[in-house]
Amino acid sequence: MNETTTPTAQSLIASSLSKGDGNIPGVNSGRAAQIVMEARDLSVYYGDFLAVRQATFSIARNEITAFIGPSGCGKSTILRSLNRMNDLIHSARVVGTVLYRGIDLYGPLADPGEVRRRIGMVFQKPNPFPKSIYDNVAFGPRVNEKFTKSELDGVVEDSLRKAALWDEVKDRLKASAFSLSGGQQQRLCIARALAVNPDVLLMDEPCSALDPIATGRIEDLMREIKSEYPIVIVTHNMQQAARVSDMTAFFSVESTGDTNRPTGMLVEYDRTVDMFSHPHDERTLSYVSGRMG
Amino acid sequence: MSIILDPSVSLTSTVDGKRRRKDMLFLALLWFGILLAVVTLVVLLVDTFLTGRSRLNWEFLSGHTSPFAEDAGVQSAIFGSLWVVLPAGISSLLIAIGTAAYLEEFTKPESKVQAFINLTIQTLAGVPSIVYGILGLAFVARGPLDWGFTVRTASVVLAMMILPVMIVASREAIRAVPSSYREGAFALGCSRWQCVRQQVLPAAVPGIATGSILGVSRALGESAPLIMLGALAYVSSNPTGFGDYYTVLPLSIYKYATEADSEFQYAAAGAIIVLLAMLLVLNFTAIVIRDRSRKSL
Ligand SMILES: Nc1ncnc2c1ncn2[C@@H]1O[C@H](COP(=O)(O)OP(=O)(O)OP(=O)(O)O)[C@@H](O)[C@H]1O
Ligand SMILES: [Mg+2]
Repeated sequence: MNETTTPTAQSLIASSLSKGDGNIPGVNSGRAAQIVMEARDLSVYYGDFLAVRQATFSIARNEITAFIGPSGCGKSTILRSLNRMNDLIHSARVVGTVLYRGIDLYGPLADPGEVRRRIGMVFQKPNPFPKSIYDNVAFGPRVNEKFTKSELDGVVEDSLRKAALWDEVKDRLKASAFSLSGGQQQRLCIARALAVNPDVLLMDEPCSALDPIATGRIEDLMREIKSEYPIVIVTHNMQQAARVSDMTAFFSVESTGDTNRPTGMLVEYDRTVDMFSHPHDERTLSYVSGRMG
Repeated sequence: MSIILDPSVSLTSTVDGKRRRKDMLFLALLWFGILLAVVTLVVLLVDTFLTGRSRLNWEFLSGHTSPFAEDAGVQSAIFGSLWVVLPAGISSLLIAIGTAAYLEEFTKPESKVQAFINLTIQTLAGVPSIVYGILGLAFVARGPLDWGFTVRTASVVLAMMILPVMIVASREAIRAVPSSYREGAFALGCSRWQCVRQQVLPAAVPGIATGSILGVSRALGESAPLIMLGALAYVSSNPTGFGDYYTVLPLSIYKYATEADSEFQYAAAGAIIVLLAMLLVLNFTAIVIRDRSRKSL
């Protein structure tokens, strides 16, 4: 179904890598070949307001990337511009480049629907559809492709297993998704996102509405699936970022002269172990050691 | 173990007497309003029922509308109303859903198109029904379409008349669909149209059903524009097609009620009861549709 590497995509990656800086100091150089997405000088405006300016980072296979930073620094904004969910906000405008396997996400070759199917998203608040558990998971496959009943059953079971929810719901697939607990609903949303066989998974504070046990299950789940799906997770929880992520991007806000609304910026982007043990930037140090935000 | 009483804490109400009296007064006004509405309704219903009771029989229901008191029935009026109102309701509902979905999901909220259409709809919703009758007379019954005084003419004009209400109701229902459903659908790769078709409209069905019943009820109870459009006073057969002449229940009620013979008063009351029953059935259908689609959530 989902061709992960086509020759054209490969050659495009190669050409983009020669220009870009996929390599991070101190990160093994093999990473460059694993890069799936890359943001270069990515800025997002809401109307005239510059919400985030010039972020540059990359997302590689087999890695979980964490976005951390104080509230309002633009983590969600950047995340949503990685799969064009920002298109739905009329005032939002994206400047800069986002490459997905070498293809410009905002270029003429990218259809927003296809972009969002390949780059899945899980939201902060579990948002199951007002349908049965089965129909929630089957929704994406149904609109994107033709499946027979048994193929669809297979996709649903597979996705629910990956999301570690199958055993809890296998006897009541026809029950309303709203009959699940919050943590189960969030795992259902993850299963729903996995069902369309995405290539990258974006998660915006997926555990913020959950208790520690449910959070733990979702973190385990992330570790299990990261070999198949590179994950970007926004989190306010330092321990969570330290526990699950391989790379961390720390965002902060700064007040620029002309407006009084502070603009978000990417302060530091590095391997999580390095970021948490010896950050380069003073602001990162205070944030990860809990002195601000 | 026991908790020591803290003298600095008080849980008694801090609302003073004056404010409490104001609250009471307001509550009394509310109750008065409710009572007034309910009592008026009950008195009217009971009176109508007592007057029309003698006519609630098979002869009355199966008899056609007639200028002779002893023959006066409602069958042709019931079928006339159904022939006129059902197509009007269905067609304006479809157009309203399309319009509402377009405005809510496909245009930007602050766009010029939307501002213009909003103004138009609000103005149309306030136009008196007789004006639609005159419009229909000039353009549909005569003029360019020249359909004459037929079921088709009446149906089209009623559809135009209730369209603004239906659009407003459908828009409200669509706007009430949580945006998280839309986001979820888009995040799975849906196009805008797929999102509307698969998530927004199904979730809006209960609201659309409840809201559009208002429009259909209005069409069912309307007589003024149909007088302009040549609804007949007495018809001795049911319509069999859109090109037939017709009468409708509200018009029969009006005719019976204005006849001098007191026998006709009973017929008028009987026809009112029939009209009320039809409205009840309509509302009940809407409730069933709403609950069905809620249950499937
Ligand atoms: N739809 C919008 N329209 C206008 N401004 C917006 C919109 N969404 C976000 N913003 C602004 O953009 C900035 C970044 O918001 P964003 O939601 O990305 O922050 P965040 O880092 O995700 O914060 P949090 O941690 O609280 O979720 C904020 O100043 C916010 O007010
Ligand atoms: Mg956020």
